[in-house]
Amino acid sequence: MPDTPAGTPDNSGAVETESLGGPAGALASGGPHADNQPGGKERSGGSWASAWRELKFRPIFWISAVIILIVLLMAIVPGMWTSASPTAGNPSHYLGTPQLAHFFQADWFGYDQIGRSVYSRVVHGARASIIVGIFTTLGVTVAGILLGMLAGFFGGWLDAVISRLTDIVFSIPLLLGAMVMLQAFTQRTAWTVTLVLVTFGWTQITRVMRGSVITVKQADYVQAARALGAGNGRLMFKHVLPNAIAPVIVVATISLGMYISAEATLSYLGIGIQSGISWGSDISDASEQIRNAIHLLLFPAGFLSATVLAFIMLGDAVRDALDPKLR
Amino acid sequence: MSTTDTTAVGQGNTTPSGTSLLEVDDLHVEFKTRDGIVRAVNGVSYSVDSGETLAVLGESGSGKSVTAQAVMGILDMPPARIPSGEIRYRGQNLLTMSNEARRKVRGAKIAMIFQDALSSLNPVLTVGYQLSEMFRVHRGMSRKEAKARAVDLMDRVRIPAAKERVNDYPHQFSGGMRQRIMIAMALALEPDLIIADEPTTALDVTVQAQVMDLLADLQKEFHMGLILITHDLGVVADVADKIAVMYAGRIVETAPVHELYKNPAHPYTKGLLQSIPRLDQKGQELYAIKGLPPNLLNIPEGCAFNPRCPMAQEVCRHELPPLHEVTDDSGRPIAGRGSACHFWKETLHG
Amino acid sequence: MAETGEQGATAVGNAQGEPILQIRGLKKHFPLTRGVVVKKQIGAVKAVDGVTFDLYRGETLGIVGESGCGKSTVAKLLMNLEQATAGEVFYKGEDITKLSGRALQAVRRNIQMVFQDPYTSLNPRMTVGDIIGEPYDIHPEVAPKGDRRKRVRELLDVVGLNPEYINRYPHQFSGGQRQRIGIARGLALRPEIIIADEPVSALDVSVQAQVVNLLAGLQREFDLSYIFIAHDLSVVRHISNRVGVMYLGRMVEIGSDEQIYEHPTHPYTQALLSAVPVPDPDGREGRERILLAGDVPSPANPPSGCRFRTRCWKAQDVCAEIEPVLEVPERYQSEPGEPAAHPSACLFPEERDIVGTAE
Repeated sequence: MPDTPAGTPDNSGAVETESLGGPAGALASGGPHADNQPGGKERSGGSWASAWRELKFRPIFWISAVIILIVLLMAIVPGMWTSASPTAGNPSHYLGTPQLAHFFQADWFGYDQIGRSVYSRVVHGARASIIVGIFTTLGVTVAGILLGMLAGFFGGWLDAVISRLTDIVFSIPLLLGAMVMLQAFTQRTAWTVTLVLVTFGWTQITRVMRGSVITVKQADYVQAARALGAGNGRLMFKHVLPNAIAPVIVVATISLGMYISAEATLSYLGIGIQSGISWGSDISDASEQIRNAIHLLLFPAGFLSATVLAFIMLGDAVRDALDPKLR
Repeated sequence: MSTTDTTAVGQGNTTPSGTSLLEVDDLHVEFKTRDGIVRAVNGVSYSVDSGETLAVLGESGSGKSVTAQAVMGILDMPPARIPSGEIRYRGQNLLTMSNEARRKVRGAKIAMIFQDALSSLNPVLTVGYQLSEMFRVHRGMSRKEAKARAVDLMDRVRIPAAKERVNDYPHQFSGGMRQRIMIAMALALEPDLIIADEPTTALDVTVQAQVMDLLADLQKEFHMGLILITHDLGVVADVADKIAVMYAGRIVETAPVHELYKNPAHPYTKGLLQSIPRLDQKGQELYAIKGLPPNLLNIPEGCAFNPRCPMAQEVCRHELPPLHEVTDDSGRPIAGRGSACHFWKETLHG
Repeated sequence: MAETGEQGATAVGNAQGEPILQIRGLKKHFPLTRGVVVKKQIGAVKAVDGVTFDLYRGETLGIVGESGCGKSTVAKLLMNLEQATAGEVFYKGEDITKLSGRALQAVRRNIQMVFQDPYTSLNPRMTVGDIIGEPYDIHPEVAPKGDRRKRVRELLDVVGLNPEYINRYPHQFSGGQRQRIGIARGLALRPEIIIADEPVSALDVSVQAQVVNLLAGLQREFDLSYIFIAHDLSVVRHISNRVGVMYLGRMVEIGSDEQIYEHPTHPYTQALLSAVPVPDPDGREGRERILLAGDVPSPANPPSGCRFRTRCWKAQDVCAEIEPVLEVPERYQSEPGEPAAHPSACLFPEERDIVGTAE
């Protein structure tokens, strides 16, 4: 290194330690990066690994993760949880009361008005919720990222078209739109509900993504890549996407819970899933017996709320980990 | 090695302790972070008198701003913690005061000016409202009275056409004008002490000079104490009476301003002075302090500057140098001078 | 106006050799529009408004000015990051503002940029190796695939970083180290010209000197031409052979560093120099200080005639009417050897020693 100055960092361990000195430094800095909050600041743009490091220490994250894992397992392998049939009723069990000490047994949560195990119905009902929740979220996220990226990155008329379309669809209430559209289907499965919710639900993530892309697009490192001669494809996928996606992930996680509750609402109203078991339709059925068998309502409603809450808490925790400003 | 005069001086102050306007005494501040404890301030002591300007000079991470925030009582605690030390305003320890009493000092007796005027002003309120709010809340003035005072203040900080501009919003002012409004706000309650944290760093040079001049004039007019926190050796030279140079959360050198520039007694100060390009000189290679600023999670043992210091010896790696009293050739201490270097003599004469 | 200015800039005496970059009457106006659906232009921010200068091979041209003077926009125009409203940029005789596609790519290889903010100019989700190696992905003809890692390591070494750091992320580095990474990226394609936009102003004082020295060393090693844009006149003086002073989208004075710093003839240059804080309380006593009144006017609505007249202590009525041209002032034209004889866009130019150089 003939021409490098005397100031060359010759201390091979310096980087590791310096990286930590950075955030600490920033809090006392008078420079343009002055930030009065110590810690973690340097990591603001850091890799996903640092977000994970952040998450690991949050009890909220672990609580929600455990709830989500249980519900997922119910949806995928209900047989692991119960052998009782959710559909075959035994009239002798008519409105049998919950036996809370009978863990994982058919009468754990009691029986309904045609003698079916409430526990088994709760377990088997998870699948519809999870399918609708996960696949609606996947659908809106893919659509939203794509449209938001196009609108935000290219701007101009493309942005105008996408943004206006977004505004129009956004103005239709999700549930109202879904109810009207579902009427058109004679056969309504979890997949039908998913399709309908995606049709009306893509706008939120499109908006978030568009805003995020516009911010990132102006970042110096995108300009730097442009100055090197990088094409639009490279700019979009290598530079903008990885840096713009964090808020989308947060919104997607939170809206997953929202779509689960939308499915339950639709099923409650009788225009959701026709064939199959759903927490929503069970809650609807239970409301007829609300005076003499509250357990019919409590268990599916409790699981529904817990699942929705778990996704919202997860979303919050992820946002806190990804967004250094809130720390 | 000089072993005879290694007596640590509390601080190279010209005033005896107890009578100063503000005294910071062996202040420690640390931040708890996931990666460990960040020791931002490690035993800082300084003092300011009325009518005096103390410049606290340091780079990012030196702890200069954290010290000021501790004085103002605007540190977020947690994550910040003040394990030890005292901050005395007219002899009263601010750190042990009740919140109520402290609030009375903050703003009214000690005011602060920040670097970024735009983000320090509320964008949805007119500057006139924000200025008069001070009088209404603290002085219980009527709306009209307070507004008149606001215009007065804007005049005072030389904002042209103050009367017409009093109802403008912050974004309608230029950067220099906004900084003047911040100064007006700090002055509103006629404080005894102003802490200015990089007040001109965000401004253009021609505007910088205007704002610095204004600040210096007002300080004289009101006979206030001024603590000027900066990284810019140029700004300091213009207005400061005395300077405290900070590095890694400690004061490494204190001196009256002329002495410091003429004859620094700490290798870090010396390096800084040599490394800045000069307008009136065109040298070949700039002198550069080698290495990186210290990591506050893991401050080097001994003297924190030792890994970057051209004069470092074995002792520097193990023994933390106290703030030595700096003496002249005949061995008499020079008023206000101190250097936290084992080899301050060699630095001074080398 | 720009036409006459051209002659002035090319007439600068002491620059030797061929200009590698010739900028002629460069303009960038950002339209101010109103309305959402039907956009109506209600004016324009004249960020750069007719700038003409040359860059010679192997030299460093400093461009100084306060915020809003258009110096950063000039950098973006030269990099083709912004489309010029008018004017030409000739690189080896070819107007690069008209290029696109493959031809533009080829030129881009030869003109690279170092950005101001080392915290935002590196993609936080990419490793150092990917960041410095990206130029080779975009211009694969420069380095064969198997060769790239080796080249990245060499570049790290050249800018004074440990080649072992190749797999680390930007956030693991300090500001000064990040700026070295940015410089390495700029060097990857072996450009002839580097445009550095405030490359050290975001760095700590003790680190600034390291980076300035690095840039100077690289210039010698790789025979680079620099356009060094900064607001810090001391740093510019240190590194530049020639200096151009900008005010409100115009170049107001240009010349060798000696001509600008020791023999400035434009009042704005003089005010700018006198405002620079000098880190020496004793040295400033002999210095003159010119305190300018007011702020820089809005570039959307610049003053008529001379743009500096609203803050100028010499301004007369004629300054509002006649727009001064950037050329060697008449009164100094008869003495071409004199340092005061350099282009200055003022109707009442007058040499004045502000810095008080001890020569």
